Amino acid sequence: MKKAVRKMIALTLAAGMVLSMTGCGGSKSASSNGGKVFNIYCWNEEFKSRVTDHYPGYEEVDATTGKIGDVTVKWNITPNQGSAYQDNLDQHLLNQEKAAADDKIDLFLIEADYALKYINSDYALPVKDLGIKDDELANQYKYTKDIVTDSKGVLKGVSWQGCPGVMIYNRDIAKDVFGTDDPETVQAKVKDWDTYNQTAKEVAAKGHFMTSSFVDPYRVFSNNVSGPWVQDGKIVVDKNIEQWINYSKEWVDEKATNVYDLWDGDTWGKGFYPEGNVFCYFGPAWFIDFCMAADDEASIAHQGGWAACEGPQGFYWGGTWICGCKGTDNADLVADIMRKLTTDKDIMTEIVNADNDFVNNKPAMEALAADPDYQNTVLGGQNPLPMFCAGAEKIDLSNLSPYDQGCNEKLQEAMKNYLNGNGSLEESMDLFYKAVEEMYPEVTH
Amino acid sequence: MKKSKIVQYNKWGYIFLIPFMVVYLLFQLIPLITTIWNSFFENYLSGLMQVGPNFVGFGNYADILSNPDLWLYAGNTVIMWILCFIPQLFFSLLLAAWFTDPSLRLKGQGFFKTVIYLPNLIMASAFAMLFYTLFSVSGPINSILMQIGLFKEPFDFLQNIWAARGLVGFMNFIMWFGNTTILLMAGMMGIDPSLFEAAQVDGANSTQIFFKVTLPLLKPIFIYVLITSLIGGLQMFDVPQVLTKSTGDPMRTTLTLIMYLNKHLYSKNYGMGGALSVLLFIITAILSLLVFRFSSGRKEA
Repeated sequence: MKKAVRKMIALTLAAGMVLSMTGCGGSKSASSNGGKVFNIYCWNEEFKSRVTDHYPGYEEVDATTGKIGDVTVKWNITPNQGSAYQDNLDQHLLNQEKAAADDKIDLFLIEADYALKYINSDYALPVKDLGIKDDELANQYKYTKDIVTDSKGVLKGVSWQGCPGVMIYNRDIAKDVFGTDDPETVQAKVKDWDTYNQTAKEVAAKGHFMTSSFVDPYRVFSNNVSGPWVQDGKIVVDKNIEQWINYSKEWVDEKATNVYDLWDGDTWGKGFYPEGNVFCYFGPAWFIDFCMAADDEASIAHQGGWAACEGPQGFYWGGTWICGCKGTDNADLVADIMRKLTTDKDIMTEIVNADNDFVNNKPAMEALAADPDYQNTVLGGQNPLPMFCAGAEKIDLSNLSPYDQGCNEKLQEAMKNYLNGNGSLEESMDLFYKAVEEMYPEVTH
Repeated sequence: MKKSKIVQYNKWGYIFLIPFMVVYLLFQLIPLITTIWNSFFENYLSGLMQVGPNFVGFGNYADILSNPDLWLYAGNTVIMWILCFIPQLFFSLLLAAWFTDPSLRLKGQGFFKTVIYLPNLIMASAFAMLFYTLFSVSGPINSILMQIGLFKEPFDFLQNIWAARGLVGFMNFIMWFGNTTILLMAGMMGIDPSLFEAAQVDGANSTQIFFKVTLPLLKPIFIYVLITSLIGGLQMFDVPQVLTKSTGDPMRTTLTLIMYLNKHLYSKNYGMGGALSVLLFIITAILSLLVFRFSSGRKEA
C-alpha cells in the first residue's frame, strides 16, 4: 500500500514538473519578430474599426480575430468602466514573461486617465526602440507626446487622435430657447460659468434639460484644475472640483439636469434622441463620431441635429495611445501600425473624412479646418475643426496623475449619493475618500 | 514474502479518499493557510508596482477592527439576511406543511416543487442584472407604476436605502425559499406519522398539530436551516454587487462584508483582504460548530 502511495506521489510531482517547465519557453529579450499571433488589448471597438478600415492589408476574420499577411490578429476587448480593462491588462502584463509566445501581448491601448501608470512602468516599449524616429512624429500635437513621455523623458506611446473637447448642443432646443441655432449666439449664452448657469435656468424653464447628467460637464472642470488629484500621497480636491459639486447641486435642484450614470444608454443616452430633450453634451471628436448613436436613424445625430461651440472653458477628454508591449514577438508590425495610423498623412486624412475623428496630425488638421468642403454630418454640416485645432494647442496635461480614473469615477459615484439626497456633502466626500483609499492603499487624505 | 491470507480492504478506503484529499488540499487547505499567512503582511499592488510583503503582525487586523465602517457593513449583511430569511421561513414552512400534509392530497406536487426550486438554478449575477434592469429608472416596473398612476415621476429604487436593501432581501428570498422548503419537508416527513394520528385522535385541530407537534419536532432541522442560512448570508456578495454596480449605494448601506473584502482585492491587497477573510472565517467556524453540536445532539432525541 505504501508503495502505491509513493508511486502516486512521485507521479504527481513528475507531472507537475513537466507542466511547469513548458511555461518557460518565452524569449527574454524586450521584443522580437516573427510571431504568428498578434495580441491587441483594448476596451472598445474604436481602434479595431480604425485598423479594419484604414490599415492596409488587414482582413477581418470574425468579431475578435483578423489577419495581417499570415499573422493572426487577436482582439482582447474588456470594457473600461470600473477599471475592468486595467484589471485584465495588469493581470496579463504581470504574466507577460511567463506567457507562451502566442499569448504574449503585442500591443495595448491606454487612456489619458491612467496613461502614467503604464508609461512609468517597463511594460510599455520606448517608441524609439521600435525604430520610429522623432522626426517621423514631428506633425503630432505636442501634448499627445508629453503625456506618454515617462519621468526619464522617453516617449513610450503614440496616438492617432487629439481630444480637444467642445460643447455639442441640440439645434432644435437652441431654436426653441434662443430663437436661433447659430453657434456664435449660443456661445455667447455659455461663455463662462455664470452665464452658463443663467442659461441652464432658461433651458429648464422651457422644459428641457441643460445636460443629460450632472457628470457631463465634469471634464471641463477637472481639466482646468491647478494641481493633480494626489499630491505627496494625499488626495487634494481642487477648487474647480468643488465648484463643479456646488454647481451640480444647483443644476439638479433646478431640474436642469439629472443624476444619471455616464454611458447608461437607457437614461443618460436618451438625450441622443429627440424625446430625451437634452440641450447639450460635452465631448471631443470621438464623442461626436463614436458615441452619439449616429448610425441609428431615429437619433438626432443621424439627422444632423447637433451643432458645436467652444463652451465655457476649454477641455479635453480621453484619447487613446498605442503602446508596444515589452516581450512582443511582432515588433515590426507594432511599429508599422503606429506609423500608418499616427504618422501617415494620407491615411489620417482618410480617417477624418470617413469617421470625423480629430487626428493627431497638425498640418492635415489645419488644412481640413480651412477646407470649405469639409462638413461634419452629425453637426448638420458645420466644420468644427477650427475649434478643435485651437483647442488642441491649449491642452495642458501637467496635472495628470496615475490615480485619475479611480478618483474621477469614485467622485462621481459618491456625488450621486449627495445629489440624490442620501447623504450630506460631508458624508459623500467621506465616501469618496474611503473608496479611493481602498483602491489605492498608499493614498490618504 | 508470503502472502497474507487476510484480505485487506482498508487500502481501498484510502485510495478512494485520494481525489477528495488532493482537491481539498489544493483548493481549500493551502489557500486557507496562505490566507492566514498573508494577513500578517502589508502586501499590495500600487498600479503595477508591488508594495511589500512587509511583516506587520496584527496591524491589518487592528486597521480593520478599528474601522467604524466594518460594523456598518456587518449590519448591512445581517439586515439584508433577515429581510430574506423571515419571509423565507414563513413561506417555506407553509409550503412544506402543505406538501407533506397527506389529508390535502395536493395535485402536481412534483411540478410545484420543481418550480419553487428553479430560481436557485439561475446564476445570481444574471438574476441581479435582471432586477437591475426591471427596477431601473427607465425600467418596466417604473413605467407600469407610472401608467397606473401610482407615481408621477419614476422612482429610483436603487437610490433608496430600504428599497435597495429590500430588493436584495427579496431576491435572496426568491432564490433560496425553494431550497429551504425542501429541507423542511424532509424534516417533516421524518416525523413519525403516529404522532399526528395520536394528536388527531385526541381532538387536536390542524393548527394545533402544526404548532404543538410539527414545530417542536422540527427544531433540529430548523436550527440547521437557520445556521446554514446565516453562514450563506454572511457570504452574501453577488446579488448586491451586481445590483448596485459594486458601489453599495446608497451611502454604502447595501455593502456587505464580502463586497468590502472585494474592494481590497482590487489593489491585490492580500494583507487587508486576508485579515478580513480570517475574521469571517472565525465567525463562520463558530457558527458551523453550533450546527455540528445541534446535529450530533439530535441522535439523543
